[in-house]
Amino acid sequence: MANKTVTFEIKRQASPDASAVWERFELEWRPGMNVTTAMMDIAANPVTADGQPTTPVTYDSNCLEEICGSCAMRINGKARMACSALVDNLEQPIRVEPLSKFPLVRDLQVDRSVLFENLKAVKAWIPIDGTYDLGSGPRVYPQQQEVNYPLSNCISCTCCMEVCPQFNEETGFVGAATIAQVKLFNNHPTGKVLMEERLRALAGDGGIQECGFAQNCVEVCPKRIPLTNAISDVGRDVLLQKAKDFFAK
Amino acid sequence: MAAPRIIVVGGGLAGLAAVIKIAEAGGSVDLFSIVPVKRSHSVCAQGGINAAKNLKGEGDTTWKHFDDTVYGGDFLANQTPVKAMCEAAPAIIDLLDRMGVPFNRTPEGLLDFRRFGGTLYNRTAFAGATTGQQLLYALDEQVRRYESEGKVKKYEGWEFLSAVIDSRGVARGITAIDLRTMELRSFASEAVILATGGIGAIFGKSTNSVVCTGSAQSAVFQQGVYYANGELVQVHPTTIPGEDKLRLMSESARGEGGRVWVPRTPGDKRPVKQIPESERFYFLEEWYPKYGNLVPRDIATRAIHKVVYENHMGIDGQPMVYLDLTHIDRATLDRKLGGILDIYEKFVGVDPHEEPMKIFPGMHYTMGGVWVDFNQMTNVPGIFAVGECEYQYHGANRLGANSLLSCIYAGFISGPNVLTYAKSLPAVEGDGGHAAELTRQDELNDKLLTNEGRENPFKLWRELGDTMTKHATVIRYNKGLREADEKIVELLDRYNNMSLADRSQWANTSFAFARQLKNMLELSRVVVQGAILRDESRGAHYKPDFPERNDEKFLKTTKASFTGLADGPRFEYEEVDTQFITPRPRRYDAAS
Repeated sequence: MANKTVTFEIKRQASPDASAVWERFELEWRPGMNVTTAMMDIAANPVTADGQPTTPVTYDSNCLEEICGSCAMRINGKARMACSALVDNLEQPIRVEPLSKFPLVRDLQVDRSVLFENLKAVKAWIPIDGTYDLGSGPRVYPQQQEVNYPLSNCISCTCCMEVCPQFNEETGFVGAATIAQVKLFNNHPTGKVLMEERLRALAGDGGIQECGFAQNCVEVCPKRIPLTNAISDVGRDVLLQKAKDFFAK
Repeated sequence: MAAPRIIVVGGGLAGLAAVIKIAEAGGSVDLFSIVPVKRSHSVCAQGGINAAKNLKGEGDTTWKHFDDTVYGGDFLANQTPVKAMCEAAPAIIDLLDRMGVPFNRTPEGLLDFRRFGGTLYNRTAFAGATTGQQLLYALDEQVRRYESEGKVKKYEGWEFLSAVIDSRGVARGITAIDLRTMELRSFASEAVILATGGIGAIFGKSTNSVVCTGSAQSAVFQQGVYYANGELVQVHPTTIPGEDKLRLMSESARGEGGRVWVPRTPGDKRPVKQIPESERFYFLEEWYPKYGNLVPRDIATRAIHKVVYENHMGIDGQPMVYLDLTHIDRATLDRKLGGILDIYEKFVGVDPHEEPMKIFPGMHYTMGGVWVDFNQMTNVPGIFAVGECEYQYHGANRLGANSLLSCIYAGFISGPNVLTYAKSLPAVEGDGGHAAELTRQDELNDKLLTNEGRENPFKLWRELGDTMTKHATVIRYNKGLREADEKIVELLDRYNNMSLADRSQWANTSFAFARQLKNMLELSRVVVQGAILRDESRGAHYKPDFPERNDEKFLKTTKASFTGLADGPRFEYEEVDTQFITPRPRRYDAAS
C-alpha cells in the first residue's frame, strides 16, 4: 500500500521586500499530524512537490500545545494556531499564509510586537509596592477569580487582531486582546488603582470607540476569552471616565 | 557610580524573577530571549507551585516540604539551598498573589491548595491547570512595568551564543545573534545570569518547548563551566504521545483524584467504559497503597513501563495506559483542570470528561544542569545560573510543583547576589576579551554558512533524539549507553559534513538550529557518559544491573568539564551536603 500523503501550499516570501510565491509540498501523512509537524518535515527534507530544492520554512513556534501563542498563521484562510491545526480536520490542499495585518519578517513569520507595546500603554500590571515579604494578598472570592481567570488566559496570539476589520493602520485600534487585559487589571483589588489611567489610554484615537462590533474576535479566540463582553464592560467604563473628566474640567 | 549593568539570558520564570530583583534594587538589565519572553517555556507548567502554608489544617510545615523534597530527590540535592527554598516558599506565594496571579480560591477568598506527587499534604497552590502560564504572566507584567520605566531593555529575538571571558577567566559579557538580521554582536556587562531552561530537545520528542535545546548551557560548558548531574533526567509518567512532541498531562489530574489503570485482561476488547471496576488493574494504588497515584514521577514512570513492557498489559498491546477522570463531576474538572482537558481534547479528539485518557511516560525535566554554588554562581566568576538550567534543587528526581518554586526562588536570590558580586568586580583590562570572542563566533558562523556536505541538521537531530530516548531515559544499561555515546560521536563527525539548505542572511532558522545542534551533541555526551559512570540506581536514574542506591560510592554530585578531546568530558565528584537530614532508604511502597 502506498503511503498516504498530505498536500500543503505554503506562501513563501524571503524577506519583507521580496515578492511572494506559493510552494506546494507532498508530505507523508501520519496519525495526529498537525501543521507544525508538516513544517518540521519540510525542514528535514526541503524539497517541493515538483522536486525543486527549497529552504526550510521560517515560522514562529515554541510550546506546540497552544499555550505560548507563537504559531498563529492563516490556515485555509482562517487565523489560528498551527500546532492545534490537525491535518485530518483540514481540507486539502492545506493553504498556509502568514497573518496579514502585521509586518512580515519572512515566510510565515510576522512581527506582532505591537501587542506588547499596547500592553505597556494601558499599564497592564498590578502596581505592587515591592517584592519584599509584605504579607498575604487581598482576598479574592471564587466568583471573582472565575471572572478574572479566563481573561488571564490570553496567549497574545493576536488572532483577534488579525480578524478585526477595524484593526488597521488607519484606525490604530488597539484590538480586543488589550481591552480584555484592561478589564482584568481593573477588576483586581490592587490593579484598580490604575483604572483611570487605563481607561484614559483607551479613550482617544485608536481606543475602544474604534470597535465596530463585528464580533470576529470572540469567534476566532483559541482560548474562548469573552472578548466582546470585555469590550462592552470596558467601553462603558471609558464613557463614564470621559464624562467624569469632562465635568472635572 | 553608574548602576551595575547585568545581562539576563532567558525570560522564563527564573530569568524574569532575577530581572525584577535587579531592577528593584536599582540595577539595569539587558534581557535576552529567543522568543518574546511571554512565550517562554514556563507557560507550559500546569499543575501548581508548592508552599507549606498549611491552610488546610493538616499540620504541614516547611520542614516537611524540605524533607519530602530531599527524600523525593533520593538525597542527591545539597540540603542547605533546598531548605532555604522551602522556607521561602510561603512568602513567594503571597508575593505572587499580590502580583495578581488568579489562583484558585476557597469560598472564604483564601488560596486553595491541592495534592501533588511525593507528599501527603495539600501543598500546591494553583491557577486552574495553567499555573505556569499565570505565574509567567505575572512576572512578565512586572518586568514590562520596569521596561516602561527604562530599567530593563529587552532583546527579544536574540539568541545567546557564548560568554565573553577575559584573560583572567572572568565573565565580561556575552555574544548574541539577532535571529532576524543575523547581526552578531557582543554586549558588555558586569555579570551574566543564565536562565535558559531544560534540554528536552536532545531527546528529540519531549514535553519541552522548541527552544529548550540546552544550547546556552552547553556553550558555557564548552567555555569552562562545570555541568553537574547531567545524567539525571526526569521522565514524566503521564504525557500524550504525539508526532511532534509529547504533550504534558499534568500530575494535578492525579492530584484531583485521577486514577491510572489498565484492563486486567490484556487486549480486553470491550469499550473502555464497559470494563467493570473489578476487572481494572489500578496498579499504582495496589503497589503503593499509601501514596497511590501520587507516588513521585520516577516511581510512577517505572511502574507504567513495567506494566507495559514486562507484564504486556498496555492498552490494545500498545505502550499506553489509562488516566481516568471520568468519575469526577464535570464542573469540578472544569474549574480545577480545564486547561489540560482542553489540550487533550484538541490534540487527541476525545473528551476526557467522558472517556479515560491514554497516556505514556515522556522526557520532561532536567534535574542536572550548570553547576552553581549556593549564591547561584558557576565556577566562572560572573556567570550565574538559575532555573531549570542549573542543578541545585531537585537531586535525582524532582517533585511535581517544585519547579516553579525553584525557578522563582533561585531567580530572586540571584538578583542581590549578582549586585554584590558586581560591586567588588575589578575594572576590566583592555576590551575584556570581546574582540577575540566575536572573531571566534564569526568564524563558526562563516563555516556553517559555507560548509559543503550531504548532511541535513534536522535529520541528524532526529537520530540524536532516537538514540537518547532509547538508551538514556527510563531504563539504562551500560551497553546501550555506550552505543549511544558512539552514535553521538558519529553524529558529531557527520555534523562536519553538513550543508545548509538555506544560506541566506535573513531570519535563517536552519542556521540557528544548526548552531544549537552542535551544542546539543556536546551536551548529550555529558548525559550519556555521566549515566555510564553512575553504577547505581537513584531517583530517575535506574540501571537494572545496579538496582540499589549506593551511598558509599555515589552520594555525590557528578561534575563534568569540557576537554575538547575525543573521549569526551572529564568527570569528578563532589560530596553532597546532607547536614540536616540523614539519608535513609527511599521506599514509597512501605507502610511507614
